[in-house]
Amino acid sequence: MSPLIEVVDIGKTYGSVIALRDVSTVVNAGEVTCVLGDNGAGKSTLIKILAGVHQHDRGEFRVEGEPVRFSSPREALDHGIATVYQDLAVVPLMSVWRNFFLGSEPTKGFGPVRWLDRKTGRTTTRKALADMGIDLRDVEQPVGTLSGGERQCVAIARAVHFGAKVLILDEPTAALGVKQAGVVLRYVAQARDRGLGVVLITHNPHHAYPVADRFLLLKRGAPLGQYEKSEIDINELTRQMAGGAELEALEHELRAQA
Amino acid sequence: MDERVGRSGLTDRLIVRPEVGALLGAVVVFVFFTVVTEQFATIGGVATWLDDSATLGIVAVAVALLMIGGEFDLSAGVMTASTALVTATLSTHYGWNVWAAVVVSLLFALGVGALNGWLVMRTGLPSFIVTLGSFLALQGLNLGITRAITGTVQVSGMRSTDGYAGAGYLFASTFTIGGVEFQISILWWVVVIAAAAWLLVRTRFGNWIFAVGGSAPSARAVGVPLVRTKILLFMGTATAAWLVGTINILRFTTVQANQGIGLEFQYIIAAVIGGCLLTGGFGSAIGAALGALIFGMARQGIVYAQWNNDWFQLFLGVMLLAAVLVNNGLRKRAERVRR
Ligand SMILES: Nc1ncnc2c1ncn2[C@@H]1O[C@H](COP(=O)(O)OP(=O)(O)OP(=O)(O)O)[C@@H](O)[C@H]1O
Ligand SMILES: [Mg+2]
Repeated sequence: MSPLIEVVDIGKTYGSVIALRDVSTVVNAGEVTCVLGDNGAGKSTLIKILAGVHQHDRGEFRVEGEPVRFSSPREALDHGIATVYQDLAVVPLMSVWRNFFLGSEPTKGFGPVRWLDRKTGRTTTRKALADMGIDLRDVEQPVGTLSGGERQCVAIARAVHFGAKVLILDEPTAALGVKQAGVVLRYVAQARDRGLGVVLITHNPHHAYPVADRFLLLKRGAPLGQYEKSEIDINELTRQMAGGAELEALEHELRAQA
Repeated sequence: MDERVGRSGLTDRLIVRPEVGALLGAVVVFVFFTVVTEQFATIGGVATWLDDSATLGIVAVAVALLMIGGEFDLSAGVMTASTALVTATLSTHYGWNVWAAVVVSLLFALGVGALNGWLVMRTGLPSFIVTLGSFLALQGLNLGITRAITGTVQVSGMRSTDGYAGAGYLFASTFTIGGVEFQISILWWVVVIAAAAWLLVRTRFGNWIFAVGGSAPSARAVGVPLVRTKILLFMGTATAAWLVGTINILRFTTVQANQGIGLEFQYIIAAVIGGCLLTGGFGSAIGAALGALIFGMARQGIVYAQWNNDWFQLFLGVMLLAAVLVNNGLRKRAERVRR
């Protein structure tokens, strides 16, 4: 069986900026592929290609064995690839259920005259969220009134509900406290256990390590290394991320100061 | 979990509705002019200010949808003149049947609206600038073409054209209530309000309007057709302007080439008084209609009170500032953003 997503030597330039080059990785069903790297390493660029926001200009991108090139996020969604972005997972002023169904609204009506099926929208949203263990007091409240973690969870629940095969998460835990980050990671694990392939982007190896099956490390747009979970432990992962020797130097420096 | 429910009482629910402020404003203005003038609350008075509100409100409602979608249209005002000129020139100067001229005028409006939208989406420039350009261009075309064809700056003589009676019946007739004639524009306004309100809160397209105005990248990321939604909204304001242009030309049978200038801001003001955020993503069609109603009531009320028209401008200015302040407060409550 071919992997859900496979990229081979993929590359992308913005004008003269080489944002990404020679990156290869796979995403399998029921597995989490974690992309790690410093600011500006090209993580967002990689997932924007997968999500159909940008197009790659080198290499090959395959979905279930088929080479693809998405011209819009809609096309990626139609291939079962759903993305939850760093800050733009939701529209803050819209209600929870309207956000949940945004772009896939349930309708009823006669022939071409159709209107929103608000009752179905509300009950389905409540149920889908409850299934993922998210308990909201009111699906009519604006999403902006939810906490950051709750917002991420709504976006994840939405992707799972609409039958995504691949779930892409761009730093879902970046702005969250320890407890909320834990909640979001639990939903990530839940999505994985339901058989979705997950691409998780993060700065934080402590968030990545417990849920991930594979680690792709990026640095300045190029791959620094790729490891299966069995090949690397968390200390080594942290060391690699911080640039190995650089970190040791830093440790010395800090110890000297103390 | 239940301790969290406490505060969402009825008042909280009401206060986050964008049209609440405008409703209060409309009541205050109505009561005020009823008290200080004789004619304001008579049937004749009502017919007058409803007509004024209607011709403003038809476009204001469409402009509100566009603003909720995150864009402006400064060409909507002159568009009322352009469409009237197209209809009048084709039927008086080229002898077309009025119905055919009206249809071509609509196609013209749809074309300009689509062009506005396409330019905004294509260039990524603020719609304020792009439609300022089309505002100036239309203004120039209105004068230039009218002068070239007629040698004057007006087109008149609609009454003797083919099909005037039928088209006039649809767009410019009157109906009688209590012995007083009401303009049919009022009915058109009601139809536009109902259609826009339904579209906005009861359909998928309405959901997309809020989404593209509230956060365009988020909307696009979940598959909302961003470009199509915005272009359709621009076509909507152009269509509303066409409706008003058609009503005007059939009622007055004459159109001045420099008509309509300045209306674009009145539409935006009505929409803002009605609770639309300048930043998009929040507002209501009914609110914009109430904004237009306040506008029409105040404008005619000041006439009845025999005050100088200067006071109307002062009133508008104060109203607008008050509305923006109230809206900001409401929005913060609606959002209560936690980061
Ligand atoms: N639209 C763009 N136009 C030009 N350059 C861009 C664009 N998007 C990203 N870049 C550049 O590409 C490089 C990689 O950016 P990217 O957003 O992929 O990094 P990242 O790993 O997601 O960083 P962060 O951890 O800060 O989110 C950066 O140098 C960035 O400046
Ligand atoms: Mg990023």
